[in-house]
Amino acid sequence: MRNVGIIMRRELASYFATPLAYVFILIFLVLANAFTFYLGGFYERGQADLDAFFTFHPWLYLFLIPAISMKLWAEERKSGSIELLMTQPVELWDAVLGKFLAGWIFTALALALTFPLWIAVNYLGSPDNGAILAAYLGSLLLAGGFLAIGSCMSALTRNQVVAFILGVAGCFVFLLAGFPLVLDVFRSWAPQALVDAIASLSFLTHFESIVKGVIDVRDLLYFAMLIGFFLLATTIALNLRKDL
Amino acid sequence: MIKTEHLTKHYGSLSAVEDVSFQVGPGEVLGFLGPNAAGKTTTMRMLAGFVTPTSGRASICGHDVEAEPLAAKAALGYLPEGAPTYGEMTVRHILAFVADLRALKGARREQRLAHVIERLQLGGVLDQTIETLSKGFRRRVGLAQAIVHDPPVLILDEPTDGLDPNQKHEVRTLINDMARDKIIVISTHILEEVDAVCTRAIIISRGRIVADDTPAGLAARSRYHNAVSMQLEQPGQLAGARDAVAALPAVAQVEVSERDARLTALPRSGATILPALSELAARQGFKLKELHLESGRLDEVFRSITA
Repeated sequence: MRNVGIIMRRELASYFATPLAYVFILIFLVLANAFTFYLGGFYERGQADLDAFFTFHPWLYLFLIPAISMKLWAEERKSGSIELLMTQPVELWDAVLGKFLAGWIFTALALALTFPLWIAVNYLGSPDNGAILAAYLGSLLLAGGFLAIGSCMSALTRNQVVAFILGVAGCFVFLLAGFPLVLDVFRSWAPQALVDAIASLSFLTHFESIVKGVIDVRDLLYFAMLIGFFLLATTIALNLRKDL
Repeated sequence: MIKTEHLTKHYGSLSAVEDVSFQVGPGEVLGFLGPNAAGKTTTMRMLAGFVTPTSGRASICGHDVEAEPLAAKAALGYLPEGAPTYGEMTVRHILAFVADLRALKGARREQRLAHVIERLQLGGVLDQTIETLSKGFRRRVGLAQAIVHDPPVLILDEPTDGLDPNQKHEVRTLINDMARDKIIVISTHILEEVDAVCTRAIIISRGRIVADDTPAGLAARSRYHNAVSMQLEQPGQLAGARDAVAALPAVAQVEVSERDARLTALPRSGATILPALSELAARQGFKLKELHLESGRLDEVFRSITA
């Protein structure tokens, strides 16, 4: 576990050594606020809550999270630094987890920087702060799920653009797994049980139930298992071919 | 001890390394030679646990690279080909990162870091990022990270590539200093390096070992082994000298270079021709700039067995 921390700190520091961290945080904050006020109708709703803010997170993450995750492994492959990392006495799993956690902490930081909205809504009225906290947790879990999918896609290629596109596509499928757009593909041939299983994998369904302020163990378990699954898949993809 | 048994790597139908077996013991500096794409890097990557062999095994200090990867890697210092690192990191941070992964702690960590920084002369660039450094400095950072934990086994893929002659000399001195108590494998295509640092050389071609010998042993395979080279002061004497030398019974062949008035006599197998030649030169009155006995030409051996 010691190595997880060492690798995580190095990765996190590398975000801030390049413009990536600053550009990402800036764009994230601008878009999150723009969506809240213009598309979400924050003022027009006349309610002291942050629903207008959280509703757009899945769509915001759909494009922004793969932009972080694409570099996780594809960049290491491209620059060759993966050979330096993989020849240190480090378990592959520790490296996968460390790099993932760095990305997750970074998105948590970006998310935390939206706190002025929370202050504003408390100034304007008296919102249910417990529900807001739950929604923040849901948003963070969603980001973690997207990151894990992106990490796996990034491990498959040495090309960051390919990693980005695969990441967006993978996240999109999971985001809309409960909707006709995805389900119709399966409905024509797959048994109903499989269709239901796929529908239950939908990010949006689980995210929305947490955002409503209901923290269900099943939703937490869903995100934990999804993240675990894709990090395992990342490890397998790397192990299969380190010298891509 | 490094040990490989029938190490083989195929990429699809392409065979990169085929049935490579060797052992290297303490005090040995093994030079891995071969043309580009001969399989040197793939072999070293399998030793370092970065590439999984298709078949065969490798072990470092008794630890099987596949079965006990962490123990094998802990005993190993490895410089990958091209010395890749994280471009956006500073030299100081890279070395600290590797020292942490190598579980160096406290005073020993400080002492080892100070040692490699001094030894590879990185003091002046500690706070520069890797991407701003020259190729030579990057190579030295790669070497520094490979030796920071003072490993018993070193595998260095082209350690002097991109260095200027002074830096090459420094790195060779470093390797020679470490050679006494370590097992070192270096790959190179610079043949002078074999003479400068290696106690043994393996030549690999199309994935197979084609020669495994000491540098002197390899040189002895050269047709120039025990040949005598003489340079004349007066180019006009060259033609006459050639005929006279060729007439000697122990001389098999004479090669002439008009450009520097040089004549090289190759002996019949096992024959010694230096005394006869020097006597001939004295008798015929050839004015000599230079006369010397060749031990063999590695580049010629290299070409003849890898072509």
